[in-house]
Amino acid sequence: MIAIIDYGMGNIHSVQKALEHFGAKTVVTNNPKDIETSDKAILPGVGAFDDAMSELKKQKLIAALNKHIRQKKTFLGICLGMQLLLQNSEEANKSDGLGILEGEVRRFLDRKGFAVPHMGWNQLKIKNKNCPLLKDTPDNSYVYFCHSYYPQPKDKNIIAAVTDYGVDFTSILWQDNIYGVQFHPEKSQQTGLKILENFVNLC
Amino acid sequence: MLTKRIIPCLDIKDNRVVKGIKFLGLRDAGDPVEVARIYEEQLADELVFLDITASYENRKTLVNLVEEIAQNIFMPFTVGGGIRDSNDIRELLNAGADKVSINTQAVKCPDLITESSRKFGSQCIVVAIDAKKENDGWQVYINGGRTPVDLNAVEWAKKANELGAGEILLTSMDYDGTKDGYDLELTKNVVEAVSIPVIASGGAGKLEHFYDCFSQTGASACLAASLFHYQEYTIKQVKDFLKGKGVSVRQ
Repeated sequence: MIAIIDYGMGNIHSVQKALEHFGAKTVVTNNPKDIETSDKAILPGVGAFDDAMSELKKQKLIAALNKHIRQKKTFLGICLGMQLLLQNSEEANKSDGLGILEGEVRRFLDRKGFAVPHMGWNQLKIKNKNCPLLKDTPDNSYVYFCHSYYPQPKDKNIIAAVTDYGVDFTSILWQDNIYGVQFHPEKSQQTGLKILENFVNLC
Repeated sequence: MLTKRIIPCLDIKDNRVVKGIKFLGLRDAGDPVEVARIYEEQLADELVFLDITASYENRKTLVNLVEEIAQNIFMPFTVGGGIRDSNDIRELLNAGADKVSINTQAVKCPDLITESSRKFGSQCIVVAIDAKKENDGWQVYINGGRTPVDLNAVEWAKKANELGAGEILLTSMDYDGTKDGYDLELTKNVVEAVSIPVIASGGAGKLEHFYDCFSQTGASACLAASLFHYQEYTIKQVKDFLKGKGVSVRQ
């Protein structure tokens, strides 16, 4: 069972639909028990960092998330859901992140020719071919991005892919059972569906 | 690198696509999901759905439609038309829209841009601007191009950017429907005034028009409707042409 955590930060239908496409059993939930009993969890999310953290707190989901990850169960953060894994964000005024991964979330600098948000289709430059999410995904595949902030992990070894937007920023993180993607696989047509299929097939 | 986007726009009335869609092999040219699927196959980069009825009674059916699209189409799409407040926005985003496009209400109540971008993230708040040449500038029109307001389009785009908009959908009323090409001067002026992406709209009729727009204005995306609906060009033809000219596109 895959728990898709619905904490009120944006749409989760397309994530769920994509997973069901591959025969996965899913539950959309904000019940900590569901997260604890699932073998995989996905934290999606669009919106503001502070709001997301306060929703997670309010809905008492943080302990369940930590427990899920500590038990080495498979976890995927998408977009803001990935950024929340880090310690803090330049977007946040009052909240720290979950601090599950060391590092911070940075904002793209305003530069001529690089509009912010970084919005549209850009390429994955694969840094770690062994990342199970990237099975059968060719280097330079296009995925859909829509964000102004990006993760900057302290440990560079957990960077599985980067993407060039004036700077090479981290677009896929992988540490043991923890995966994070800055793009929207559920919106990235065939490439994104393949990545979600790989996630479904992870043991 | 980030590619330039090609975006077909579908007008929706009573949950049906209006303004002829002429594809071979389409069983029901009025079904938004089926039309969206064709564009997804053609590698459109995004879709825009504009609800042109936008009446109160239709909101609920629109939300249902958005849900259905989101469950069948794995690509980003924007929904616009008749959005009044952040509840409307929340409903559409929760139903599966990736972005909402706000036009009239953004002009009438600019606070909505600030409030909604703070709540939902600026990346999902598109401010749509309909602009018409007026003496030495461009004037903003609302209510589907029926009502002029005392706003300069370039200034308004800049203001919308400052208020928290994540993108500008810029339609030239002078060029819309003419097939004479995008309004390069308007688009360039707006692109240079803002730090967010700009989608150019209105006037596409030839392959060159897309190239001219990308190469001369710095727009992030080009939107077109009838050109694609009537299959004068496929999205692939547009992208092949652009690639041949050295523009980065997703293929």
